[in-house]
Amino acid sequence: MALSGIQIYKLLPQTNCKECGFPTCLAFAMKLAAKQVELASCPYVSEASKAQLAESSAPPIRLVSLKADGREVKAGNEVVLFRHEKTFYNKPGVFVKLADSLSEAELQAALKAVEAFHVNYVGIDLSLDGFAVENVSGDGARFAAAVKTVRAHSKRPLILLAGEAGLAAALPLLAGETPLVGPATDGNWQALAALAKEHKAALLVQGESLDALAELSEKIKGAGLEDLVLQPVAATLAGKLALNTHIRRLALKKNFRPLGFPTLAVAGSAEEAVQAVTKYAGFIILERFAPELAYPLLVLRENIYTDPQKPIQVQPGVYEINNPKPTDPVLVTTNFSITYFSVANEVESSGLPAWLVVVDAEGMSVLTAWAAGKFDAERIAKSFRTFNMADKVSHKRLVLPGHVAVLSGELEAELPDWEIRVGPREAVDLPKFMKQAL
Amino acid sequence: MPVEIVKDKWPGSVRQVTLGATAAEGGTRSHTVTVGGEASLPFMHFEAPMPNRPRVAIEIKDRRPDDWSPLLLEVWGAAADNPAEWAKAAEQAGADLIVLALSLTKADGSPTQAADAAASVKAVLGATGLPLIVFGPGQAEADNELLVAVAEAAKGERIALGICEDKNYRTIVATAMANGHLVTARTPMDVNLAKQLNILISDMGLPLDRILMDPTTGALGYGIEYGFSVMERLRLAALQGDNMTQLPMLVTPGFEAWKTKESKVGEGVPADWGNWLQRAINWEVMTAVTLLESGADIVVLRHPESVARVKAVIDGLMQPA
Repeated sequence: MALSGIQIYKLLPQTNCKECGFPTCLAFAMKLAAKQVELASCPYVSEASKAQLAESSAPPIRLVSLKADGREVKAGNEVVLFRHEKTFYNKPGVFVKLADSLSEAELQAALKAVEAFHVNYVGIDLSLDGFAVENVSGDGARFAAAVKTVRAHSKRPLILLAGEAGLAAALPLLAGETPLVGPATDGNWQALAALAKEHKAALLVQGESLDALAELSEKIKGAGLEDLVLQPVAATLAGKLALNTHIRRLALKKNFRPLGFPTLAVAGSAEEAVQAVTKYAGFIILERFAPELAYPLLVLRENIYTDPQKPIQVQPGVYEINNPKPTDPVLVTTNFSITYFSVANEVESSGLPAWLVVVDAEGMSVLTAWAAGKFDAERIAKSFRTFNMADKVSHKRLVLPGHVAVLSGELEAELPDWEIRVGPREAVDLPKFMKQAL
Repeated sequence: MPVEIVKDKWPGSVRQVTLGATAAEGGTRSHTVTVGGEASLPFMHFEAPMPNRPRVAIEIKDRRPDDWSPLLLEVWGAAADNPAEWAKAAEQAGADLIVLALSLTKADGSPTQAADAAASVKAVLGATGLPLIVFGPGQAEADNELLVAVAEAAKGERIALGICEDKNYRTIVATAMANGHLVTARTPMDVNLAKQLNILISDMGLPLDRILMDPTTGALGYGIEYGFSVMERLRLAALQGDNMTQLPMLVTPGFEAWKTKESKVGEGVPADWGNWLQRAINWEVMTAVTLLESGADIVVLRHPESVARVKAVIDGLMQPA
């Protein structure tokens, strides 16, 4: 739990020596509480105070980062139970499971499918984060060969699901990386902790109860490992939900260190993956890859991890709806995602072709942006020039949202060649307007 | 290491709302369905037992819809031509409740008349013993005219009438009161607007245990984060004791998901969107599960495979271990 300035002050020498650059120890304490200075600036702080301050400044859920080839998949550092209280920070990494019992050809095919997969969602390029290679064969050499094949076709971070023999064979292949390995259980944790420590890997800790998980994570911490990921195991969705909720609550409300780690969920279905995204998983292993599952899952992850204090925006630009031709109408709106979706959905479902010019209004809706001066004639005209609208269509007629009819005069001045038509106020009336008035 | 879990203690709980009336209660339903009653956040069984499981409703129309995905029309087949047949098929597909959504016009393009709506409702009530929810076409004048006729035709059946919105709720609430029905109150993704409409409706004299609220959700990829958070906030407010948010939530992931391009369009889309049918069903199921996690009491779906999958999810969420 973060300490207040006053609490920190009590741990300082209270001599006001000014060597830290601040006039008093209290001023320095306040800056420390605001995380604007480092404790190292104080030459006289006691070792005991240092330890206590370091402990208190650690986040309640440890940040664990899996790395490979410059790519990083982070989990942890979350501060709330509900996204509306602030935001969820680190999107759970989605890893596709590959069994080492697959043939080389099968493995390659699976790798290529995942590597090639990427979709564009409102201007964001979505793809999967990595692979979880599982030692199904039980054979260390075969596991190492599979990991080698994976590395030959993918640079993404890895999770290695194997025991001592598999990890001992495969980890030397991943020098310089931070994979997640395990799961460590009551029976094998000493050997796995030693391997994880030697190869600088994060360790997965598995347990069927909170008691077991906490006990095991404490033992492993005692062995000198800090980057742990918890894998709570339960038979039902309700059981998984309860364990993940307990872990998040204990970390955030009680600063309970033995469970202050991100969690991992194994999802056999879209349904399980949804619960993992909405309720607290830090990493997700998908049992099977299918584009029709990966696409909605990655979109849901974007949605849930959107900062609720910042409206989600779509990329400003020209959106072609229903394959418009140069003769088809030009509509204008803002880049607030809900505004964009309302307009795009109505036009799209009407089947009428149109060019939708999405103006950068800093992610605000039409009226809000207009009131804030972020959606004015100048910005609209600039978009038309930047996007070369005059070259895309054979006519020069644009439709302005009804809520900003007041802009039509100024817009005529900014875009003198264009005829400005005032459309309806609500998106739902657009298809009718387009049929009747255009 | 014994770990002491953190339990929330809430002063409030969600009201229980019962749909449908059996013969003993003056209706003809084979059984009633009760939703709500939660005294904890969704599926936190270790804090308070959930007295009622979330329920799945299937949405049917009074005639073959013009704007539904071909995937839906294909799976319902000829049943989509006749609301009574469609209701039977929906019951077979595992629906707990039927939502009958009235069309604005008949197949020939002429406006749906009050008598047509009443006849459709009677046909559906005759074809299935499940409790019924009826949605008007969504235009104030037509809704008022058709729903009054529907309410009278279904007198005593304790159906839910929708959709009440801030601009149009008086007539619907009045006819629900006169005929012993419930209403669903829909507001656009806002905690305060939801609360305000519940207040307006209860001020007319309709008891709170006859109101369902639909906070509107958006589909996966189309604003669901707003719906998700508004539902979480409404449920938290209810548990904290805010009387006017203590109503079960009815949401329409079927309607939301099936209007997205991802569900509607099978050709000319990126190959990485994957198999069309499975994608569309995933979209509906994943939208529904997201809303169950945030507190939905009734999810209204459209595809029978989604119904089976969402019911299995509810089974899993209702089994603590």
